[in-house]
Amino acid sequence: MKKTLLSAAIGAAVLGFASAASAATLDNVKAKGFVQCGVNTGLAGFAAPDSAGNWTGFDVDYCKAVAAAVFGDASKVKYTPTTAQSRFTALQSGEVDLLARNTTWTISRDTSLGLNFRYVNYYDGQGFMIPKSLNVKSALELSGAAVCVQSGTTTELNLADYFKSNNLQYNPVVFEKLEEVNAAYQAGRCDVYTTDQSGLYSLRLSLSNPDDHIILPEIISKEPLGPAVRQGDDQWFDIVTWAGYAMVQAEDFGITQKNLEEMKNSTNPDIRRFLGVEKDTKIGTDLGLTNEWAYNIIKNVGNYGEVFERNIGANTPLKIQRGLNALWSKGGLQYAPPVR
Amino acid sequence: MNTQNLSYVRSDMLNAQPAPISTRTVSGWVRTNLLATPKDTVLTLLAVVLLIWALPGILDWLFFNAVWSGSDRSACTTVAQGGIQPEGWKGACWAFVGDRFQQFMFGRYPLDERWRPMLVAALFVVLLVPLLVPKLPRKGLTALLFFVVFPVVAFFLLHGGVLGLEEVETPLWGGLMVTLILSFVGIAVSLPVGILLALGRRSKMPVIRMLCVGFIEIIRGVPLISVLFMANVMLPLFLPTGWTIDNFLRALVGVAIFASAYMAEVIRGGLQAIPKGQTEGSESLGLSYWQTMRLVILPQAIKLVIPGIVNTFIGLFKDTSLVSIIGMFDLLGIVRLNFTDTTWITPVTPITGLIFAGFIFWLFCFGMSRYSAFMERHLDTSHKR
Repeated sequence: MKKTLLSAAIGAAVLGFASAASAATLDNVKAKGFVQCGVNTGLAGFAAPDSAGNWTGFDVDYCKAVAAAVFGDASKVKYTPTTAQSRFTALQSGEVDLLARNTTWTISRDTSLGLNFRYVNYYDGQGFMIPKSLNVKSALELSGAAVCVQSGTTTELNLADYFKSNNLQYNPVVFEKLEEVNAAYQAGRCDVYTTDQSGLYSLRLSLSNPDDHIILPEIISKEPLGPAVRQGDDQWFDIVTWAGYAMVQAEDFGITQKNLEEMKNSTNPDIRRFLGVEKDTKIGTDLGLTNEWAYNIIKNVGNYGEVFERNIGANTPLKIQRGLNALWSKGGLQYAPPVR
Repeated sequence: MNTQNLSYVRSDMLNAQPAPISTRTVSGWVRTNLLATPKDTVLTLLAVVLLIWALPGILDWLFFNAVWSGSDRSACTTVAQGGIQPEGWKGACWAFVGDRFQQFMFGRYPLDERWRPMLVAALFVVLLVPLLVPKLPRKGLTALLFFVVFPVVAFFLLHGGVLGLEEVETPLWGGLMVTLILSFVGIAVSLPVGILLALGRRSKMPVIRMLCVGFIEIIRGVPLISVLFMANVMLPLFLPTGWTIDNFLRALVGVAIFASAYMAEVIRGGLQAIPKGQTEGSESLGLSYWQTMRLVILPQAIKLVIPGIVNTFIGLFKDTSLVSIIGMFDLLGIVRLNFTDTTWITPVTPITGLIFAGFIFWLFCFGMSRYSAFMERHLDTSHKR
């Protein structure tokens, strides 16, 4: 009973403040002079410190892109490391202006938590890793396998659902802590390891023989990760969303950090509008920014492909393939609505 | 009776003899300490076997096979893992600790401003040493500097924003620096507050007594982790929009009140060990309550509970690593954060980092423990039983 009372009080507080904290975020950000961005407390490739202690990573670059769009300067960001528990409170209470923290977009978060999602910067999903020596090419051949999984996660439930719906037998080897699951897999206590695919890639790096393990192509759950903002401030929501679409659109146009200046002289009116050089374009000003907003994003951060390759792509230790995150024209899901 | 000339009483002392051979030489020491009985002999042999079995591996891993320099993960990974080490290599990756040492000390404090925490650390040592060495004079003045002036100076030096110093906000602070600041504040606040709470709990005034008992019991009844969690997750929801209390400050307050409650109970233990006659004696001399406490009771009580006080300090020092769950990076937090950096992901990075963090924690805790043992001996007035 106490619990329900408490959660009701918390819920009321959350709702109350979620609506109260909605006054023009853009004006606040401009007045402060920086974007306060909630990031992960440490996730390989997505948010981690470099040797000088600066935050780097795929999600961190998203914060920089928003700062570049608003200020023309990617360094005007302050980072708040948030844990899985504190991330939504931080956003609801106005402590951060946006959350770029590998957060899965679900309907309950979109509605009852008072958050807004629209753009997905990374399509993740639960996958399987197995030793190469087992000669398995597809998850459908995993019947009877011992599967290492972390208890109490959606991962565990997805696993059960997947095997049941495919009429496959399996033995779950369940552990409380992620480190224990890793250790069990390395010690050979199970044949298969399952968690989000992006996590599998960084785990593979810490195995003693990374090349002896492969990640199966099947993805058994949808984990669309994207930036989130508070409900009730459409202008700020648009800016955060379109900062992401701008990077995707730039890759679509073939605009990179290198050829950015040449592209300004392009004859394609779409590109000219996008970069703010076409006369009478009002795209940027309608967003509440300047018309160079997209130009500034590309100049400071790069297009979507560049950000991907720099932080988690094939040339980084993580070696993540584009997969679902390729452009729509190349078989992926990254698709930006027209910028016009 | 005359005992001067009895022939069976010696009139001169025997010359001092050397100790028996069995207690002087190495072999004698071995015989008495390691091989005294058959059971001892068996245990000694077992211990030697264990050492021979384990020690070379540990030393190899820690030192001889360890990697001492390198700039990324390739230095600490085998060829199959994408590095330069031969197949089957296993060893500590001290190169990782070396590369990130500055960050482990200062967190993400700006590179150009790191002289400021170093200056604070130097001030800290300069002021602390005269306080710790009993023979040095002017304890009162040094204590005033250390507990009143130093925190203010340190705050402005670290935080900046005045006198042309660049402002460095607390989210950038981290590493050993944060661990030490949290423990210093915790210790400096908890001792005086703890003494007041302990006196309050024994007070004859009901309101004060109830307040103190309530504070102590509530704070002691809640885990530190949930105090920090409440401060981090719940507090922002109850504050008006736009109001935020610095995360670091929240943690500081949380740690300080938590340590105070524990300290109060430790001190109360000491107060209860002082016989009532001491209070009555000083009252009969006309001393006021505060004079009685300051001059008679507390000096005896605190001396009695030095082990308990230091125990609380050491516990507090280690508890500070809990702040990593609220998104702050103390020493342990920043070490673990660096495990996620793709430049250094290797199979041996985590264990190396954790050994390093453990060693630093041990160094400080062991130091505190040795100093408290020294103080106990120094203050000993032979009441020991």
